[in-house]
Amino acid sequence: MSTATTTERKAPRGERVADWADGRLGIYSLAKANMRKIFPDHWSFMLGEICLYSFIIIILTGVYLTLFFHPSMNEVVYHGSYVPMQGVQMSEAFASTLDISFDVRGGLLIRQIHHWSALIFVAAMVVHMMRVFFTGAFRKPREVNWIFGFLLLVLGMFTGFTGYSLPDDLLSGTGVRFMEGAILSVPIVGTYLSFFLFGGEFPGGDFVARFYSIHILLLPGIMLGLLVAHLILVFYHKHTQFAGPGKTNNNVVGMPLLPVYMAKAGGFFFLVFGVIAAIAALASINPIWALGPYRPDHVSTGAQPDWYMGMPEGLIRAMPGWEINLWGHTLVLGVFIPLLLFPLVLGAIAVWPFIESWVTGDKREHHILDRPRNVPTRTAFGVAWIAEYIVLLIGGGNDMFAQYFHLSINSITWFVRIGFFVVPVLAFIVTKRICLGLQRRDHDKVLHGRETGIIKRLPHGEFIEVHEPLPQGKLHTLTSHEQYKPIELGPTVDENGVERKVTRGEKLRAKLSKGLYAEGNQIPKPTAEEYKEIQSGHGHH
Amino acid sequence: MSSQDIPEDKHLPSEQGDAHHGAVAVADDPFADPGLPVHKPRIQDIDERAAKRSERTVAMLFTLSMLATVGFIASYVSIPVDKIIYVFPIGKVSALNFALGLTLGVALFCIGAGAVHWARTLMSDVEVADDRHEIAAPADVKAKVMQDFADGANESGIARRPLIRNTMLGALALVPLSGVMLLRDLGPLPEKKLRKTVWSKGKLIINQNTMEPLRPEDVLVGSLTFAMPEGLEEDQHDFQVQIAKAALMLVRIKPEDIKDKQELEWSHEGIVAYSKICTHVGCPISLYEQQTHHVLCPCHQSTFDLSDGARVIFGPAGHALPQLRIGVNDEGFLEALGDFEEPVGPAFWERG
Repeated sequence: MSTATTTERKAPRGERVADWADGRLGIYSLAKANMRKIFPDHWSFMLGEICLYSFIIIILTGVYLTLFFHPSMNEVVYHGSYVPMQGVQMSEAFASTLDISFDVRGGLLIRQIHHWSALIFVAAMVVHMMRVFFTGAFRKPREVNWIFGFLLLVLGMFTGFTGYSLPDDLLSGTGVRFMEGAILSVPIVGTYLSFFLFGGEFPGGDFVARFYSIHILLLPGIMLGLLVAHLILVFYHKHTQFAGPGKTNNNVVGMPLLPVYMAKAGGFFFLVFGVIAAIAALASINPIWALGPYRPDHVSTGAQPDWYMGMPEGLIRAMPGWEINLWGHTLVLGVFIPLLLFPLVLGAIAVWPFIESWVTGDKREHHILDRPRNVPTRTAFGVAWIAEYIVLLIGGGNDMFAQYFHLSINSITWFVRIGFFVVPVLAFIVTKRICLGLQRRDHDKVLHGRETGIIKRLPHGEFIEVHEPLPQGKLHTLTSHEQYKPIELGPTVDENGVERKVTRGEKLRAKLSKGLYAEGNQIPKPTAEEYKEIQSGHGHH
Repeated sequence: MSSQDIPEDKHLPSEQGDAHHGAVAVADDPFADPGLPVHKPRIQDIDERAAKRSERTVAMLFTLSMLATVGFIASYVSIPVDKIIYVFPIGKVSALNFALGLTLGVALFCIGAGAVHWARTLMSDVEVADDRHEIAAPADVKAKVMQDFADGANESGIARRPLIRNTMLGALALVPLSGVMLLRDLGPLPEKKLRKTVWSKGKLIINQNTMEPLRPEDVLVGSLTFAMPEGLEEDQHDFQVQIAKAALMLVRIKPEDIKDKQELEWSHEGIVAYSKICTHVGCPISLYEQQTHHVLCPCHQSTFDLSDGARVIFGPAGHALPQLRIGVNDEGFLEALGDFEEPVGPAFWERG
């Protein structure tokens, strides 16, 4: 510290601490770049925050649970305070979960907060991903962050699965059995994989301990790394923003981190935590005491996985039971195909950004978000993906749907089998029509103004509705989106009449480009000339 | 992907958000960006009384949070862990869980609500713009990095000394094998383990409800009886593994209703014994339809016809349930006449 400052004034205590830290960590330079960093405001930007906060809540409550949970499959006879289970033989894992629920004060609350947060975490990730998808926020320079986010979703699903398998209750054991059956279906190595994972035959005495280390260390460790990288990139790229007056691709308009977002985002953490705590107080989740300990020969009806595993569940329920027996081997297609489709269906959304950037060939940075309607084909693809997901969720809960809606389970299964192929196509077509309709409406609004609802009678008796021209800011917002032109392959023979080789890839690219941007797949934006002509001409129409 | 024949820039639109800068004079363009709108003051910005009201609201929320935390501690200390109360409309709940959750929820929520209300009503809401800078480095930075890398690579001599490079790559490629090797003892090899169960000739069939050996007259028409092999005890160390394969279900069907010839042969007076473990992914089958003799797996709804060799009639299962050949011993108890002739449970590669 320089002596000059000490002689002039004694720095206040806080400043001296900050000086100490700066001399060792360089915090002033860090703060200069970030303390007053500008964040734009939009409700949909909070979805990612919900993911972050529920993840933090999961870690906090998860650490608490490890203090009481025994990840062991040793068989014990229960003597705890839950009377209906006294004298029942169960694994230590199940017994310690009963203890957490009935003997540790607040243990049940923390268990329920942990489980509810996990459901909300994965749900928030899906919705956050949809926000990023439909607004095109994945475009350059954010493709890598899109992949990080997608990996977090996949890892979140498996962390959830390994987590709810730990109590070794009847329901989760059934889920683990399903997983074992799926692993067995893998050609050539499936049986070995299963024996190595379970330490021998199912269920064996190892999987709880193994799942435990995967659930509390391996997967969350990777996720924590990805999450930090995800956040660093959000800071580094600066947040995207929607088009609007004063907002360009070269600036970011909003309010500073200190104090506004510190308060809003920090406060939002407490809001999310508070709501989840209240849910955990009011709504029971995974009441393992009502299910009992796992036994491979027992099961209850209405066995449902946690919601995010409903999609693979739907695949496995809807698939016909194909099996091929050849040369003394069995190819279990009825289980193996769903196992392959699971990553393929999930991954379809993950690869879209790369397909889109290949088709457009656009190497520029994009920081202004698209309105979903302005990119009809992308939006239609996203909705088709969601529709597929929902069809599979229905398939995963076919017994529940049959029961609640008094339908035949066989017809629901057949609906899923056919709907798997048909529903996404229908969703695609309908969404595209809606997007184009909305674009037309924007087009008319720009050129003819807003409908005021005022009916005016003209001197010659005609009734017209008065349209009010939009303010300039609104006009700008509605016309500032980009419109790509479809790429042309050009003539297949050059000027000398020599045939030019057009690769398959290029043909595909031109075709996709047409599908995305050709006439009929987007409505041309109104031009300034059109606008002036209409406004100067007959005023309102 | 080379795309030299497709002009890269022709189809690209002008920059988003900046569409109207440049060629057209801003004054001339009705769609031009008018710039950031003027800040509209909130009531709190102009009326000190409103600002005071907001301040009191925020302080009240924070105070409420403090009270809720006190309530949390009081509940923790005073409510017995096993107390059950009735709460409308959710029903009977643990009093402690209910009180702790709600007080914690309120304590947290009020901090959040206070902070957000403070930010929205009292902190500045003037929107400001920050410049963005391109993520990609300028050409001179890139050139410097390339040069540095080339210098470093050059100084290492990795290109000049391929022997070192190749042996290093070889060593690095091999060393993870030790790690893979170490995974070998995660479990034993499958061998024939999935083909065998504890059933064998002469084993009595134990009713799972009564834990007594079954006699033919115990298996009634229209009921599904769950059974396990004699000698399998719950406290046995491999009980779970064995029951996962040996679980059995018995039904009585009128012999003339049995359509499958082998099924009839392997039955005793119309009593048929089938593996309870679904051939799809291994859930225990537990639903039985008396009239049709169909059984249904509650997990994925595979349906089997027990009067016709337990063939699959609906759902994702790929093959019929294995049947256990049964008979009656001298003392009139049902007994197994051997093990299952094919593996029970889900199919696997070596099943054949």
